[in-house]
Amino acid sequence: MFRVFWTVLKRDLTLAMRRRTDVLTTLFFFVIVVSLFPLGVGTERKVLATLGPGVVWVAALLASMLALERLFAADYEDGTLEQMLLTAQPLSLLVLAKVAAHWLLTGLPLVLIAPLVGMQYHLSDAAIGVMMLSLLLGTPVLSLIGAIGAALTLGLRGGGILLSLLILPLYIPILVYGSGAVQVSDIAIADTQPYVALLGAFLMVAAIFAPVASSAALRISLE
Amino acid sequence: MSEFFSQGGFAFFVWGAYGMVAALLVIEILQLRAQRRTLLARLGRLSRMRDTGATE
Amino acid sequence: MALNWFKFASPASFYPIAGRLVPVFWVLTLALLAVGLYWGFFQTADQLGGSNPQKEYYRIIFIHVPTAWMSMWLYMILVGWAAIGLVFNTRLSFMMANAVAPTGAIFTFLALWTGAFWGRPSWGTYWDWDPRLTSELALFFLYIGYIALHSAIDDTRRADRASALLAIVGLIMVPVIFWSINCPDPNQCAALHQRSNLMRIEGNILFSMLIMTLAFWMYSFATTFMRLRSIILTREAESAWVQDILTKEARA
Repeated sequence: MFRVFWTVLKRDLTLAMRRRTDVLTTLFFFVIVVSLFPLGVGTERKVLATLGPGVVWVAALLASMLALERLFAADYEDGTLEQMLLTAQPLSLLVLAKVAAHWLLTGLPLVLIAPLVGMQYHLSDAAIGVMMLSLLLGTPVLSLIGAIGAALTLGLRGGGILLSLLILPLYIPILVYGSGAVQVSDIAIADTQPYVALLGAFLMVAAIFAPVASSAALRISLE
Repeated sequence: MSEFFSQGGFAFFVWGAYGMVAALLVIEILQLRAQRRTLLARLGRLSRMRDTGATE
Repeated sequence: MALNWFKFASPASFYPIAGRLVPVFWVLTLALLAVGLYWGFFQTADQLGGSNPQKEYYRIIFIHVPTAWMSMWLYMILVGWAAIGLVFNTRLSFMMANAVAPTGAIFTFLALWTGAFWGRPSWGTYWDWDPRLTSELALFFLYIGYIALHSAIDDTRRADRASALLAIVGLIMVPVIFWSINCPDPNQCAALHQRSNLMRIEGNILFSMLIMTLAFWMYSFATTFMRLRSIILTREAESAWVQDILTKEARA
């Protein structure tokens, strides 16, 4: 079971490392969106500190959204995906591995770059720490839920924009608690604990059910 | 009568809400009827085309 | 009763039944609307007393609450048919789900619109990021997503099944979305909408509200069946019974 998981994970990572620009585009999209906001709303310190958590989280949502389009696309085009559907191993496990690889390439870089954008918004050290933690727990959930949408819109014209229409409303809870945690951390760091617990709970529930739903969606899209 | 239409000074809100409901529901009905008419016309044309094609 | 329900599950046998039911539902809609509106406008007090007195604008309740209810019920019905379709693989259930969606989306929009027109005089604002408003907006997005996904896929079978799955995922997410907006801070919860309790509503108001709800139900049945008939015709255009109908229509 785990061998399959590792094989798919390693394969996807290797493939991605051969085309590194794809990974970097997501990251730079995130940085650019976050950097444009202060130019739009003004660079006043207080405004930025209040807006910061929300802006960073919305940018993370959009960045992971953009990357999702490519989650199954390449494998779909060269027929690998169809082969995966035919293997004896459970499809949801393969999907989980693909999502994990996808997150390592697009979600984890956002977590790592978070301190940098946090400083752009004059967030305190504690808030930056909480932001990294909330992104670490939240972005995998985004990838997991988004995988369902990516599977449903596989191979459609204008799939990317449709994908965001389908999936963004489902991201609301993560956005609320993710940015909420960062906002609260400025007031009382101890109060962030329930937020983190909730995000962790979302992650666990999504990790169990989202791959099942995604593999059902893949079967529908490929039959 | 005018008292009824003024709705205690809240005519804009009351009739604005009711008006939108009435408008959208009527539009939906009209759209459904138009959809059915065009569909029947299209299918009728198709079947006529097939009939004439079969007899020739 | 040894009724064979699957007999009605065939589009060919349901098409004429729906056709006969549509006028019935229209008559019921009009009758109920007449009663509900008359009662709402002439048999209820101009002002509500109590701790939160509301002036005449509260009459929006007779359309606001029913549209909001309809928007949620219709989504449940949509998901119900979608699930039945996925489990039993029946064509008609997918068509049902499809036929319900636009009416549901319209009711969702109307609930938001009437809510805004009620909120302005009573809360002083057209829009507020209140939990129920925001989740209604999310519900609207879910309807739009369902319709958009269905129309984006050319293959009918894939479109049906993919959008059905999306609707089911959406239904699972609705409570989570509502809960997250209702309680953005898990340390404490607050909401602008008053807790509703049907028992506390005055009799006449409750009566016209429920009659209006029934009217909207009948309306939904009528429009859904009308749309369903069009969908059946489109999808079964090649079958013999549709050709029969067409020749009959052409003669009439």
